[in-house]
Formats: sequence, structure tokens, C-alpha cells
Amino acid sequence: MADTGTETHIEFRGVSKTYDGRTMVVQNLDLRVRRGEFFTLLGPSGSGKTTCLMMLAGFEVPTAGEISINGRSVQNLPPRKRGIGVVFQNYALFPHMTVGRNLAFPLEVRGVPAEQGAGRIRQALEIVRLEGLEDRRPDELSGGQQQRVAIARALVFQPTLVLMDEPLGALDRRLREEMQFEIRRIQQDLGVTVVYVTHDQQEAMAMSSRVAVFHRGQVQQVAGPEILYEEPEREFVASFIGDNNILRGRISAVSRGVCEVETPDGIVRAFPVRECRPGQSASLAIRPERVGLAKPGVFSNEFEARIDDILFIGDHLRLRLNLCGNPNFIVKIPNIVGHGAVLEGDRVSVGWAVTDCRALPDDGPGGGSGEGPGE
Amino acid sequence: MARPLRSARLRAAALTLPLVFFVGVTFIAPLGSILVRSIHEPQVADALPQTLASLEAWDGTSVPSEDMFRTLATEFRLLDEQRKLGSVATRVNRLESGMRSTMLDTARALGDADPDSWRDAMIAADPVWGEAKAWLAVRRAGERFTLRHYLNAIDLDRDASGNIVAQPPDRRIYLPLLFRTLGVSLVISVICLILGYPVAYLIANASPARSNLLLLLVLVPFWTSLLVRTTSWIVLLQNQGVVNDLLVAIGVIGDEGRIALVYNMVGTLVAMTQILLPFMILPLYAVMRSISPVHLRAASSLGATFRQGFVHVYWPQTLPGVAAGSLLVFILSIGYYITPALVGGRTGQLISNMIAYHMQESLNWGLAAALGVILLLGVMLLYLVYNRLVGIERMRLS
Repeated sequence: MADTGTETHIEFRGVSKTYDGRTMVVQNLDLRVRRGEFFTLLGPSGSGKTTCLMMLAGFEVPTAGEISINGRSVQNLPPRKRGIGVVFQNYALFPHMTVGRNLAFPLEVRGVPAEQGAGRIRQALEIVRLEGLEDRRPDELSGGQQQRVAIARALVFQPTLVLMDEPLGALDRRLREEMQFEIRRIQQDLGVTVVYVTHDQQEAMAMSSRVAVFHRGQVQQVAGPEILYEEPEREFVASFIGDNNILRGRISAVSRGVCEVETPDGIVRAFPVRECRPGQSASLAIRPERVGLAKPGVFSNEFEARIDDILFIGDHLRLRLNLCGNPNFIVKIPNIVGHGAVLEGDRVSVGWAVTDCRALPDDGPGGGSGEGPGE
Repeated sequence: MARPLRSARLRAAALTLPLVFFVGVTFIAPLGSILVRSIHEPQVADALPQTLASLEAWDGTSVPSEDMFRTLATEFRLLDEQRKLGSVATRVNRLESGMRSTMLDTARALGDADPDSWRDAMIAADPVWGEAKAWLAVRRAGERFTLRHYLNAIDLDRDASGNIVAQPPDRRIYLPLLFRTLGVSLVISVICLILGYPVAYLIANASPARSNLLLLLVLVPFWTSLLVRTTSWIVLLQNQGVVNDLLVAIGVIGDEGRIALVYNMVGTLVAMTQILLPFMILPLYAVMRSISPVHLRAASSLGATFRQGFVHVYWPQTLPGVAAGSLLVFILSIGYYITPALVGGRTGQLISNMIAYHMQESLNWGLAAALGVILLLGVMLLYLVYNRLVGIERMRLS
């Protein structure tokens, strides 16, 4: 998590939040968001990401810790003085106002003169490509158009920070993908910092400069999409981002940056994500698309297994094997040889490279990643 | 395909026939009868057919001929035998006060006699028969179809020559009462809105458990008998009541200075406001619950103060509820009867109490009907104006 070079825009320091005094919704959170970054808070529902966003916007008060924007604590700053554009989950457009009046509202309460305001409204609508819809009411617009209006309204008073709370959740798949590009384009054109909340890992991967993965009120890892995919540091991240086969075992040897892990079917060689020692238990993460069918001798990790199941997806086949203690070990092979090259019940030799296998040593008792089976 | 569907629809529609019948018998028919009664009064015309026929030729100013006196006296005698003279006399009396005793006295004075001159005999019984106004009253009372109840209901009358004139100031009672009723209804609507709006907001935005409790507190009085609540107010507000006792006890007023809180306009206002409050709160609550609390958050994130957010974002969205609640309370107050009757005393009476008086005490059903129709038209007019201003389709009752 090196924040070198760029300026810090937002900082969470030791932030905790509880509503009932017992359950911690957010636990001792430290985060830094850089200026101009597209920063995503990713996690399943109830993981605390939306609470973080609401604290940043000023609608919730942290139970402990401090949030600062531009180096200044915003503890005592009400939402209206934070100057943050917020796009809410269901847009929260004012239904009794036209699009133009919705956009004029933040300018009027700020005392922007009407002529100047009209220009800014036109500009904001241009940015979201909705020119000429000023006189429509929100209920006369499609879901995608409402979404664009909500974004325009959050931008029209020219904030440097925009928060988005699952803004694409209500849209269908096609529109969602289209809007992902749009939002990304707008963010880059304007150079604003965006803090974006979503539970959709594909969306997070597609849009973000960096992603913070939330689990049970804690941040598991903060990294760019590629690092997150290739080098997950915790089992939760490994299984939440994309597909991963998780194997459980005990480290039997460590040498020259490679460790050997004992599994029910034999030794697996892997790169540990952090320092480890023999005797420690660990999870292993292997991407299904990095596992290959090959004759023995090609891979450094090789096993033989029976194919329990084959799913024909189209561009690839998904094979299900019972391997190294994981009865749902998935192998994804590209559909090059055609359907029928392998059959259910075949015994095949599968293998993967050491570089494609990451060992995630358990933190010890009570560690954050101790979630695998067999513990 | 279309035929079975059509007959199924017809059969379904037939299920509403009992309701149509019920509404017809209990609502449309009485309403029609009231409408008819307000303009149709045949009793005098049926009782004095020959007199009225002979009065048609009369010029309306000179003393009528001997023939007319005889005809009238004969019909009086007949009515007296049938014991109908009293009710006819009452009706004539409404047009010319004193005519009831004049007619009864005359009938008694004439007895079974067969005088030479009916004219002299009747004038001897009561000199008023020598004046045109007595005959005019009889003639006017004999009109089968008449608008005089409507004229009376808005404090107008016809003079001897048939021109419409205002009643003398001391006899103008219905218009002032109507305006008082409208004024009281307006005041009650405004007070209900001021009291009910924050309560509805609280209920709509509380946690489910608390919101249910608060809603129950609104509904329990609503479910309690109207009579019980009204009499409870008497217990609270009367001279030796809880409120006055409390004020005396804490020394705000002296024992001699007890405030008259009931049997006057104060009683009517307090009791009706309390009774009608749920009709304001419930539509407001229904509308407010449909407004996302995120809107106020959005407003504050856009830079608005709470007041700006409320005025520009929240309040406009509650207008359908404000309109529904106010209209409901206003219309209910205009026609309210039982509460003003019990706690209103002399000064806290409303137009409905006057209608009831004419139905039950003075038995002037025609006037009662005319007042009722005017009230109905007034409410419909308000409804139209309101619809033009607010738009009824935007109103939400629940």
C-alpha cells in the first residue's frame, strides 16, 4: 500500500462505527484515497462499505477515529459544508422538480447567479450527454437517463470529490456496462476523485484505479485491480475476486521463496504471499484458467484426478474434479479442441505452475483469513 | 372468444347490484327527496284549492270580495273539522308572522255561524283580514313550487310587490351562520395541519416499532366513540372541570375567574380539532411514508440547510397529503353536528345544528332542505376550486 508520489485527498484514521454498541459495522479502518483517483469500496452486503461512504459524506458519525479531507478533519463539518457530490443508490432525484430544477437546486442554495447557473447546468448535461432534457420530470426518463441526471446533479456545483453508492445497481446488465464506461470517462475528463461503492467485483475491476476489499467491517486488501486479481493477500480476497480454487494444507518446507504445502493428495509447491515457516497451516489459491490438462512432466504441480462433471459454457469448458481435498476443484479449459475432447469419468492429468499458485499462510489463532474448511 | 368474456364481465358486474340498490335506497332517494322538498310545498295548495283559485284573479292590493271571504271561511271550517288547520296556519305564519293565531282565532270565532257578511264577520274576528298582507301571505303559501326557502336560507325575502329584498339586519341569521361555519372549518383545518404535520412526520420517520406505537396513539382515540370523546371534553373543560381546577390550583387564575371553555365556540373548536385530527394525520402519514428519507440527505449533500431542504424538497412532496387531509377535515367540519350540539352552547353552533333545529323543532323541512342543499353545493364548489388549484389526481388519501 505505497502512497508515494500523489497527494492524499481523503484519509480514514482508526475509524470505527457501531450502531447498537455491540456489533462493529466498521472496525478500526485506515484508508487513504489519492487525489484524482477512482477508488472503489468493494464487498458483500453488510461488510461496512456503505457505512464508510455515509461517514465520508457526513450522514453518519464515526464512533471512533477521524476522517479528514484535504488534510483537514471533517468531524464537525455538516454534509452541506463538505462540498461533496453524492450519487445515491436510487438516484434520489426530486420527483416534483424537472431535470433543470434538480440541477439548479445545488446552485441556488449556494447563491450562484441564475445566468451563470444556466451555463453550468448546460455544461453538466453535456458531460452526461443529456442535452435538451431540462424540462422533463424524472419519472419521464428511463433508468439510465435518471442515472445520468443524478450524476450531473452531483457534478453541477463542481465538487472535487464525488461519492457513488451502488449507482448502477438498478440498471440492467447492458446499460450497466455502458454506464461503467461513461462514469469512468467522466471521472477522467474532469479529474475528480471518485469514491465508489459496489458489491459487484467485475464492476470494481473494470472501473477502479484502486479497490479496497471489505469483509466484516475490515479492509482485507487495498490494491489496483490487477494486483488484487493476481496477488490476493487473503483468502477472502482470493475467493471474492474472480474464481479461485482454494486448497487447505500445512506448510512442510520453505526454501528460496517457494513453500511446499501438504494436501491430502500430496505436496503442492506455491509462492507464499508473506513470510511463513514450516508447520503453519495455509490456504492455496489457484485460478481455474491457470490449470491445464497435460501429459506428466510439464508442470511443477501435477496430479491425476477423475472428471466428475463437465459444463459447456461456450468459449470454455468447466471441469469439476475432486482434488487435494477440494471436491469442487474447477478447471477452465478454452474451447479450442471442441466439445467431446474430454468426457465425464475420464481420468486426466492436471497441473499448474508454481507462479500461478499462491500460498496464504494463516495469521495464527483468530487471524482474518482463517475461513477455509477443515479448521 | 369475446362472448364468454363479455358474459363473465356482466355476471361480475351483477354482483354490484346489491350495492347499487343499497345506495339508491339509502342515499340517492333521500337526497332526491330533500331536493324536492326544498322547492315543492303542496300542503297549503291542497288544503285551500278554491280560495287560491279565486285569489288568482285578485289584484293583490284591494280588499278581496265577499265571495273570496266566503270561500276562505268555508275551507277554514272544513280544515278545522279535519284538524288540519293548525299545520296550514303554521305554514302561512312563516310568511307573515301572526297569521297562525289569526287563522285559528278566526276559525274559532266563526264557529258554525252563517253570517250575512263573511267579510264583516272575519274582519271582526281579526282586523288583519281587511289588509292585503294577510291575503298575500295565503296566496304565497299556496304556491306549490317555490324558491322562498332558498331565499330565506340566504337571508332574503319577497316584499308585498314580489321584489327580492334583504331581511332586516336583526333577522339575518343563516348567512352569518354559514360564514361562521366556513370560518370555523377553516380554523380547524389549519390547526389540525399545524398539529398533525409534525406528528405525521415523526410517525413516518420513526423506527418500525416506535412508528406502530405512535400510530396506535393516533388510532385509539379515532376508534373511541365520538360521544364518549365529546362528553370527555365536557368533563375536562367545564367550569368545575379538570382544566379549570388545575389552573386554579397552580394559581394562574382565581377561583372566581374560571374561564368558560365549554358551551361556547372554544369548546366547539377544541373538541372538533381533537376529533378530526386523525383525518389530517393519516393521509399526511401515508404520503410522507412514500417519500424517501434519502431526499433530505440528498438536499443536504447538495449544500442545502435543513430549512432549505424542507421548504424546497420535502414540503412540496407532501402537498398531496396536505391537500387531502385539509379537504377531508374541512368538509367533515362543515357538516359536523353532534359535537357542536353537545359542547357548542349558544355561540358554538354551526349550520348543521340549524338544519337539525328546522328538522326537529320548527318542522320547517323545506327550509332545512334548502339549507342542506346550499351546504352541499358549497362543498361541491369548494371541491371544484380545490381541484383546479391542487388537482384531485395528486391527492392521496392513503
